[in-house]
Amino acid sequence: MKKFLAIVLAMVMVMALAACGGQTQPSGGETPSTPSSGGSTTPAAPAASGKTGSVYWLNFKPESDEALQQIAALYKEKKGVDVKVVTAASGTYSQTLTAEMDKSNPPTIYVVGNANSVKDWSDYAVDLTGTPIANELNTDAYNLYDENGKLVSIGYCFECYGIIVNPDLIQKAGHSMDELKNFDGLKKVAEDIHANAATLGFDAFSSCDMDPSSSWRFTGHMVNLVYYYQERDGGSKWTECPPTLTNDYVENYKNLYDLCINNSLTDPTALATGGHDAEAEFKSGKAAFFVNGSWEYSAVSETVPNATMIPYYCGVSGEEKAGLNCGTENCWAINSMASAEDQQATMDFLVWLVTDPEASRIAVDTFGAMPYKNAQESTNKFLAAADQYAANGCYVMDWATNYQPAVDDYRAALVSALNAYNADQSAANWETVRTAMIDGWAAQYKAQNG
Amino acid sequence: MIAVSRKPGRGNSTRRQTRKWSWLFMGPVVAAFAIGFVWPFVQGIYLSFCKFRLIRDAKFIGFGNYLTALRDQTFRAAFWYTAGFAVVSLVLINVLAFAVAYALTQGIRGSNLYRTVFFMPNLIGGIVLGYIWSMIFDGILHKYGTSIVENSTWGFWGLVILVCWQQIGYMMIIYIAGLQAVPEDMLEAAKIDGANRWQTLFRVTIPNVMPSITICTFLALTNGFKLFDQNLALTGGMPIIVQPDGASVKTTEMLALNIYSTFYNSKSTYPGVAQAKAVLFFLLVAGLGLAQLSYTRKREVQQ
Repeated sequence: MKKFLAIVLAMVMVMALAACGGQTQPSGGETPSTPSSGGSTTPAAPAASGKTGSVYWLNFKPESDEALQQIAALYKEKKGVDVKVVTAASGTYSQTLTAEMDKSNPPTIYVVGNANSVKDWSDYAVDLTGTPIANELNTDAYNLYDENGKLVSIGYCFECYGIIVNPDLIQKAGHSMDELKNFDGLKKVAEDIHANAATLGFDAFSSCDMDPSSSWRFTGHMVNLVYYYQERDGGSKWTECPPTLTNDYVENYKNLYDLCINNSLTDPTALATGGHDAEAEFKSGKAAFFVNGSWEYSAVSETVPNATMIPYYCGVSGEEKAGLNCGTENCWAINSMASAEDQQATMDFLVWLVTDPEASRIAVDTFGAMPYKNAQESTNKFLAAADQYAANGCYVMDWATNYQPAVDDYRAALVSALNAYNADQSAANWETVRTAMIDGWAAQYKAQNG
Repeated sequence: MIAVSRKPGRGNSTRRQTRKWSWLFMGPVVAAFAIGFVWPFVQGIYLSFCKFRLIRDAKFIGFGNYLTALRDQTFRAAFWYTAGFAVVSLVLINVLAFAVAYALTQGIRGSNLYRTVFFMPNLIGGIVLGYIWSMIFDGILHKYGTSIVENSTWGFWGLVILVCWQQIGYMMIIYIAGLQAVPEDMLEAAKIDGANRWQTLFRVTIPNVMPSITICTFLALTNGFKLFDQNLALTGGMPIIVQPDGASVKTTEMLALNIYSTFYNSKSTYPGVAQAKAVLFFLLVAGLGLAQLSYTRKREVQQ
């Protein structure tokens, strides 16, 4: 018995040691994740001397990881500088960033994409004003400043969202795209398609799931119309989170939201825990409308090459002149805790990325479009649609949604209220949605700033 | 070393020889424990008195975080919710696990198969379990026009069912070991004395498995308080009550999840507040666990 106990204890000890070893390795290992394929004969010397810095990009978008690894390998091959790209798992960027920033070799490039994270990370970001990478920008529309006017982060791509439409299905249903010029037109078409869904073989809207993988389309994106129109009424772009909101455009949100959930493949009472794949529904031609953004283009265009995007028509007067919601949450910040060499290496890398034809081609195809003078042209038709609207004199709806206070808690409360409303579309339940949307904003603002 | 060896009557020379090497055998474990537990724990306590975003920039601010934590309405709500949950799950898990263990030590055919099957849920991770069960519950609840994330009563009982399903098998194994250690001669003596089944169970068997009950209640109680993954994946705190002033309270949020969401709230003082909550949480769980241990230990019989 004693012998057995001794063996067990010995094994526990060995395992404890093994666990220790396993944990220390990844944090200490500074090898870049991409081996330099053959190109190591070029200027490998400076990298070894330790004088040249290295680049560590903590990437925000899981879907672009592969392309970024490719870019990193390309840079190593061409310039001999190590670029390490690490991608945070979906939905865990702030957790990963908090942990990585505390390590001895923190990321040199990280993402600061909205007002909240400017507050959190501005102390650890280099002021990018007048830097080479900032000079490459062709617009300052996506720059984020802190309250002292420091340029904390700059956009590396921009996106747009709205309602993705399959024009072929609209035609099949006996309608034309020209009818989709305002809310009444959209409503007529969507309700007609939904009423005839059985004979047509497809429905109007794809599912509007409320689980975390999908609810942001409504609590982060669609709700932007409530904020944007209010911002427009105020006469100038928001530069910081407003303490309160008005109820002025809640009804417009309700118009569009009701249309989406009640003319959809999935019954509104079945949305709470999700499980429907809205993208697949749209791609397979089961639905004519899909509430989402430009990042869906590469997936959607595989099977619906004619797919285009229309604005959030919601019954606001003059909305025939509405454009898409354009903005970004993808902004680079350079870590001010990094050594001067690493900051320099990072700056060089970013400038190369937005100017080198080969690299910027990969980047633009991955991200959609990049707001830099010398970057390649975009091939994304949704972004082209956004440009077309703008060219036709339509107003661009900017992403006022980026100012949502305590964004996780705010959206969670809104999702909960929408769940109750989806189960029973009563006036009382809508009132809770309104409270969560409008008074919830004020309450979260107060909690954050009080 | 010398002091030890001079003491009379303490071991022989070989023992003295091996004692010299004790650090070699103890060292790695002590080091691992210190690195993996003691140091983070001490640092965690220090951070609960600080304002910080990154640990390297922590600024000492005193007891402010504790005041904020104690004043936090959501933290108190989470505490009562967790306490209620821990008590209910503690009772259900132990009663059911004991019942299953008792049944499976009566010499039923296929006992080993049943034991294996009952134990298996314990091998599945909490997050996966949470998602699987949310689908199962919603499959049923949808027929009644509701969902696990829309009704806090279902949210509570759903979580209870989930942890029962997960933990009963584990506790069952401990109870089986306890039941098999009850001396046959005692049971036989009870039988000869004319005790019926219930009397034998309550007067002989249960006092003899008290050590198992001690460990199982301890595990169930602390597991109940520490529950996180299952809570996050099953309801994530939903549904949320939106009060008329816009403030919101998560109705199925337990303490660990409350601490987690506090930490990643974007207000700059909140990581420290979350840390303070975590220290309070530790004191609570440790205190309850120790109290429960000493209470049940008194009821153990020595054979």
